[in-house]
Order: sequence, then structure tokens, then C-alpha cells
Amino acid sequence: MSTYTSTLGGHRYRFGSLARLLAAASPERSGDRLAGLAASSAQERVAARWALADVPLTAFLAEPVIPYETDDVTRLILDTHDAGAFAAVAGMTVGGFREWLLAADAGELAAVAPGLTPEMVAAVSKLMGNADLVAVARKVRVVTAFRSTIGLPGRLATRLQPNHPTDDPAGVAAALLDGLLLGSGDAVIGINPATDSPKAVRDLLELLDGVIQRYAIPTQSCVLSHVTTSMDLMERGAPVDLVFQSIAGTQAANASFGVTLGLLDEAYEAAKALGRGTVGSNVMYFETGQGSALSADAHHGVDQQTVEARAYAVARRYDPLLVNTVVGFIGPEYLYDGRQILRAALEDHFCGKVLGLPMGLDICYTNHADADDDDIATMLTMLGVAGASFVICTPGGDDIMLNYQSASYHDALYLREVLGLRPAPEFEAWLGSIGLLGEGGEIRDVSGTTHPLTAIGRELAA
Amino acid sequence: MTTSQVASVDRDLWPSLRRHTQARIGLGRAGTGLPTHHRLELQAAHAAAKDAVHSPFEPDVVAEALRGEPTVRVRSAAPDRLTYLQRPDLGRRLDPADRAHLPVGEWDVVFVVADGLSSRAVHEHGAAMVRATTALLPTAWRVAPVVLAEQARVALGDDVASAMGATMVVVFVGERPGMSAADSLGAYLTYRPMPGVTTDADRNCLSNIRPPLGLTYETAAAKLAGLMGRASELEITGVGLKDESDHMEVSERLL
Repeated sequence: MSTYTSTLGGHRYRFGSLARLLAAASPERSGDRLAGLAASSAQERVAARWALADVPLTAFLAEPVIPYETDDVTRLILDTHDAGAFAAVAGMTVGGFREWLLAADAGELAAVAPGLTPEMVAAVSKLMGNADLVAVARKVRVVTAFRSTIGLPGRLATRLQPNHPTDDPAGVAAALLDGLLLGSGDAVIGINPATDSPKAVRDLLELLDGVIQRYAIPTQSCVLSHVTTSMDLMERGAPVDLVFQSIAGTQAANASFGVTLGLLDEAYEAAKALGRGTVGSNVMYFETGQGSALSADAHHGVDQQTVEARAYAVARRYDPLLVNTVVGFIGPEYLYDGRQILRAALEDHFCGKVLGLPMGLDICYTNHADADDDDIATMLTMLGVAGASFVICTPGGDDIMLNYQSASYHDALYLREVLGLRPAPEFEAWLGSIGLLGEGGEIRDVSGTTHPLTAIGRELAA
Repeated sequence: MTTSQVASVDRDLWPSLRRHTQARIGLGRAGTGLPTHHRLELQAAHAAAKDAVHSPFEPDVVAEALRGEPTVRVRSAAPDRLTYLQRPDLGRRLDPADRAHLPVGEWDVVFVVADGLSSRAVHEHGAAMVRATTALLPTAWRVAPVVLAEQARVALGDDVASAMGATMVVVFVGERPGMSAADSLGAYLTYRPMPGVTTDADRNCLSNIRPPLGLTYETAAAKLAGLMGRASELEITGVGLKDESDHMEVSERLL
């Protein structure tokens, strides 16, 4: 194991391994302190960054932060590394790589992605400011499709999240109507079910599929159940568009979610075989989030941002339609306040995009974190500028099932207006066809009217 | 489609839909933003939730509601609320002195009532859920004294079960408060837990126990007792043990 050193302020700092160096260089956050991995002083943090800037990118191939023998995510990363794509940056240090990224164009960034490992990308992010993370990410375009196309320039998609605490179909349908009337749902209509009961999940899938078919909405549905539940339901003929799974960056953390790469391989093949997409065939949906590995005691002494980036190597294997970090959901023991959540959101989006993923965000916070709706507005604006593929939206920004606050449908309208962003093209055309699109491309305010879509709600109310 | 076709006012729709959900639907718009009234309502709810997180757990409230049942009180290794919020590892471990006081026996199940992130949820629903679930268990089962745990997270139940010699543990825990619900209770079932080895994939979970708006005691207890019976037969909990009970509603009538 290599040792890394640097001198700052007359003091010589030593870092006993690449993992220790990465952790010490990471911007401050409560989770790394909880893990006992954070730099012990502000100067040690900057000293670690000086040392990290001089580390050659090839070091990340030579010294895995988690051993190859004991972790299948490490094996996935190294076994699928594309040396040809890496050649463009193979001679660089982390510091030089930062400068290259800032100057690179979209074509160069797309070409190098298969040659990058999560650790390289995590490392360079630690040398970048928030503005750097925005500037590089916004150049990257990752386009995926199922019934709508996600990630095109000038577009921002949304996940409509009509959750209900008891999976009550009437309650779900009411929230679904609310989101559709506010122009939301082009990334996915996605429900977090209250239980993983196959019967309950299937009822929700049938409900969403019924609405999508009846109104010919160019979008996809997802009930975010465990991958084994989705596999079971696909076998029984349920209308599964996307297979969802929460994933993490180590084998042990994935085990805590009850998944293995083999299981994901199987689910991926089964979903592809259904062929339910119309304009594309990306069938997987993943959620991630800093802190999940530590929460499962499965981080192997690696800082939470680097472990998070490793989850993107897992996602990348399955050409997903959607990936989002649920940044801020896990609580103040991992990301303490609005400042730390913002930083993590920008890091995750940057790392995901640079590794070639259709990265979106659930910009959120819990009530025991030191954050509020002003932090949501700040994060949303920065992530909109950074070119996030999609954001998750909830009624009024309040999820009554998961008990946390996320962006609202109104927030997405705001973001589209101030940045001139439009919905996915297929969904935009559909919005036009049902009279929800104004002359300037904005979502018309039809609250208090008898818009035809309100038939969804009128039947419930009857 | 022209504006006139969608312009007729329908004031009754959203109030009637709100009977089905507490979600903040049909709020209307001011440009792209929320009307002032709704913005302030959101802030008021957030303020209430933030305040709820910091309200102290009162084990006496639960013990009183469980009068007639033996109870035992424990603390986690987190000495105070602030530490608890930042150090989940401490919230998963018993205070060593309290561990020594737990009654050891050949228990089939131990119920742990843990404050989690909402003491209010535990004060309101904890005892009722213990009673409702216990009533549905086979009479031959040996049920341990109910453990009332302060500054506690779900995995504290592993430590409790292991210290007491219980085969199965059910942790009733206050879920983190949302803006519409500060009193939501979760239930976590784990078969033969081992501290430090058991992971979340080894548990079965019911969330949003919160009558009358969330799961009722009867429904939650029936689901839980059903899971416990099958866990006992199969000697397993977690992703290998699915909740196969019928869903309460059908979607067909909606469409």
C-alpha cells in the first residue's frame, strides 16, 4: 500500500493509503466524521488535496480502495475498464485531469467515460469547487429512452411521485392527477409503495398502466419495490415498465439491500425481454445516496462520496433509463445541513454524468436535518444549470409516505421557466395535445377548471 | 384546444379528492410559484415537525398504557438527543449497565418500543400495537417483558434480543416526522438477530402505522402476526419472507 505525503504550513502530513488520502481530501461532511475518516483539521484537508493532485490516474487501477478479492464491485470496475478510452487521460495526475475536464468538449467527455473508474472521478471532484462541478457536468449529455427521451439538451424531465402512506389507489390517483396537471411525469411516474407485498405492488402497477394507456401518455411507470418482487411480478405477467433497485458501491452494502450483481443481471434480462418501450429500450431505474454503505457498516474505510461513485459503476452495467441520488434523504448523520447536501448533490450529479449515467436527483431533506425549502430552491437552480437529466417532484414538496421534503411540481415549473428548459419531447407533444401547453411552451395554469384529465379525479370523487 | 374549453370553474374537485389523501394537491399557482397561503402552511408544518424531532421520550406514558404487562427500560449508548442525531452507531447499541438488567429467558419474541425520531408516534401508538399484536399470537408463545428504549434506533432490537435470548424481535419505532405526519410508527421484525451481523435485508418492515389516516392497529397487527407466524415456521425474516396478505383496495373501480 502506498503512502502519500505533503507539507503545508510547516507541517508534514502522511496518508497511509489511497483510501485514507481520498477521505482526508473530501469536503467536510458529518458522515465521514461518523466513520472516523474525515480530515482532523482544515489544513490537513487541504494538505490531502495537494497530495491528491499529484497522484497519477493509473494509481487508481493499481491500488483498489477495496480489495479485488473481497468485493465484486471492485471486480466489476477493474474487469470492465476500457483501456482504449482511458488512453486520452492515462498520463495525467488528478490535478491535471481536473484541468483537462474543465477544458474538454462534449465529444471528448463522452469518449473518455468508459475509461474512467469511479475512484478517479470521485478523486477529481474533491479538487473541484461547486462551480467546477456544474461547469463540467453541463457539458455531458447522456440520452436514454423508453416511451420518452431523457437527457436531451435544453430539456428537464421530472419524476411524478404520487406516494400514499397505505398505497390507497384513490389517494395515489388524486396525487397523480395533480402532478399531470402541473406538467410533471415525463421521466417516470414512480411510486414508493408502503409495503413490498406483491399484490399491493401489482395493484399500483395496474393503476398506473391503466392511466398511461387510457390517456396515451408517453411516459413509463415504476413501483419502487425490491428487484425480486419485480422479477416475480414480471413472471406473473404484471405490467412492469422499469425494474427499480436501490444500489450501493460495495458488495456488502448491496447485500444489505438484498441484491447481488447476478440478481440484477437476471432482472435486467427479464425486463428487456418484455420490450415495453416505444422510443427506446433502457429498462432499469436505480437510486443511490451517500451514506448508505456506512449505514450498512459496509464502507470498508472508504469515504462516503467515493463509495457513492462506486455505485455508479454498478448502475452503468445496466444501461439504465434513470439514475438518481436521493441526496439528503438519509439524514443529518451523513449530510448535516443544506450546505453539505448541496455539495453532495453537485458531486453525485457530476460523478454520475462523467461516468456516463443519465443522472437525476431527488433534491431533498428530512426534518431532523438543518435545511429548509430555501435550500431546495438553491440546489434546484444549481442542478438545473448543471444540466440534471431529471428531478423528483412531489405535491407541494411534501412526501406523505416517506416523510421527507423534496422538490414540488411548482419548483419544476420555476426551473423550466427561469432556465428555459422544456419537458421530454414526446411528453411535451402530449401536453400540447391535451391543451396543457401555452404558446410560449409553458405549462398552462388550469387549476380550478374542468380540464379533461380531471376525469381521473372526477371518477374518484363520484 | 382553446382556453374557453378548459375555463369553466370546478371548485369542488380538489376538496373531494382530498378525502383520499393528505398530499398537498390542487394548491393552485401564482405564476410558477405557490400561493402565499400555501407557502406559509408548508412553513408552519415544517416548523412543527422540526420541533417534534426534539421532544423527549417519556417511557412512563407507554408503561402506563401497558399497565398489567411487565416492562423494562433501557437507554442506548447515545447519551443525549444531539449525539443521537449525529451518531446512529450509538443508537444501535445498549448502554452496558442497562444491558445487564435485561431479563434472560427462552423467549419466543420480545417487543421493543423505541423512540426513534418521533416520541409522539411511540406515545400514541406503541402500547396499542404491542397489545393488538400480542393478542393474535399463539397462546403457547413465551412473550418477554416489553422493552422501552430511549435514544434508540431499529438495530438496538438486535442487541436487546441477543442479550435476552429471544428468538424474534419486533421493534416499534417512531419514524422521522414528515410535514403531514409527525406520529407515524414503524414495525420491524427480525428473526434470530445477531448484533453487527444482521442487516436491514434480514428484516420485514411495516410503516405508517397511524390510525385512522395510515395503517390501523388491526390491519398492522394482523400483517405483523402473520409475518411472525411464517417467520417462525421458515426460521427466516427479510427479503426471503414476503407479505402475501391481500391488499385492502382494488384499483379496477377507479378506471
